Amino acid sequence: MKGVTPGGIDCDVHPAVPGMAALLPYLDDYWREQVVTRGIDGLGLASFPPGIAANGRADWRPPKGLPGGDLEMLRAQALGAFGTKAAICNPLYGVQALHNPHFATALARAMNDWMAAEWLDREPRLRASIVIAPQDPEQAVAEIDRRASDRRFVQVLLLAMGETLLGKRVHWPIYAAAERHGLPIGIHAGSTAHHATTGNGWPSYYIEDYAAQAQAFQAQLLSLVHEGVFVKYPGLTVVLIESGFTWLPGFMWRANKTWRGVRAEVPWVDRPPAELIRDHVRVTLQPTDAPPDAASLEKVIDQIGSDRMLLFSTDYPHWHFEGMKAFPAGFPAGLKQRVLVDNPLATYPRLKETLQ
Amino acid sequence: MARHVVATVTEIPPGARKLLTVAGREIGVFNIGGEYFALLNRCPHQGGALCKGPLVGLVTSREPGRFDYSRRGEMLKCPWHGWEYDVRTGQSWCDPDDVKVRLYKVSVEPGEAVARGPFVAETFAVSVEQDYIVVEV
Repeated sequence: MKGVTPGGIDCDVHPAVPGMAALLPYLDDYWREQVVTRGIDGLGLASFPPGIAANGRADWRPPKGLPGGDLEMLRAQALGAFGTKAAICNPLYGVQALHNPHFATALARAMNDWMAAEWLDREPRLRASIVIAPQDPEQAVAEIDRRASDRRFVQVLLLAMGETLLGKRVHWPIYAAAERHGLPIGIHAGSTAHHATTGNGWPSYYIEDYAAQAQAFQAQLLSLVHEGVFVKYPGLTVVLIESGFTWLPGFMWRANKTWRGVRAEVPWVDRPPAELIRDHVRVTLQPTDAPPDAASLEKVIDQIGSDRMLLFSTDYPHWHFEGMKAFPAGFPAGLKQRVLVDNPLATYPRLKETLQ
Repeated sequence: MARHVVATVTEIPPGARKLLTVAGREIGVFNIGGEYFALLNRCPHQGGALCKGPLVGLVTSREPGRFDYSRRGEMLKCPWHGWEYDVRTGQSWCDPDDVKVRLYKVSVEPGEAVARGPFVAETFAVSVEQDYIVVEV
């Protein structure tokens, strides 16, 4: 196998939904008519405006259409050039942001069927996350159950900023279903914009919105740990996608320290939070927050305290690195194979079944 | 190591404590249901006056949302940062193997024995009718 990282598993690529027209064949008669007569279109998330440079690397943009919209380009650039053995597709569209839970459920279903027919059926190296509408947890579970028999779906996808914190019990049926089917929960950067994107209200600029994603991930981790999700569902894995990871050491120190003093409030958390995080949480590589020098990167990875947490990703077609340098400068050579292959296989049981 | 007479038993009824200085060390003596325990008044975390903290129960949980409360008044919570210690063992709850507060051996001796010695009882006039709490420091 050729490529710069042959045999690797890319845990985050983004086929783009070109628009509602592409999903119409996968909607039922009622919703097809609603979409057409009401002129519903352009449900891309505000977190990822396609015109922003970071959301489509220049050499990865097709001549027309959205970055990530072209299967042939994705084949050549995301799979072939890297030598990728399997890549997990995380399609981002407005499902999670819709206020109408019935439409959201129908759209999630359509996206999964579209993904299976237009991408997975045409490219055997692709896998995908199951898109669900957490607005209606019962229907979300039904969608997981419906799609779970297709082993090419390897994960359940949620957004970092939704309606409520993800540890809250309203979401637990989703975790029970995910655990039952051997599907990690992938939490992808992005906001439904149902709440302000920072804890202090709306920022003025995109740069604030973008950088504040890390705080959103921290809030979700605190919620998942302290509400007891990993105690209730010991077989559950959560993958943070596009969260960055250099904030993890300081965050875990803070969580541990606080837990020591006030743990009686949440006695089901019977070990330091960082231990639960190291056991249950995985993080994709790109975008890597750029430490100022190679030595700093190695130090941060060492401080995370686990060589099992990082999962290789390119975040294709988003623009976070030049050329083929998905591994940032200074990434420990001895860790690459683990991040490329071993960790993804250990994280996604369904990948393991089909790749080994 | 010497045996110090620190109090009469009536001075520290169940649930009560006495703070004192023995051989230059600040120590707290606790009565837990009729058993006596002596701990160094210094939290191993950052040196807070541990023995001045509240006595609380042990809180564990079998599942999220369930609070299993036991051993009322047998855990000592540091007034500085809230770390909990088992008064019976000196072990911290959060890191029982590595973070422990120093425990001293305590016994109850009849006044007769105390009067006979050898005990250190600088501040005590010992009466044969009373029982005394003795700490080894």
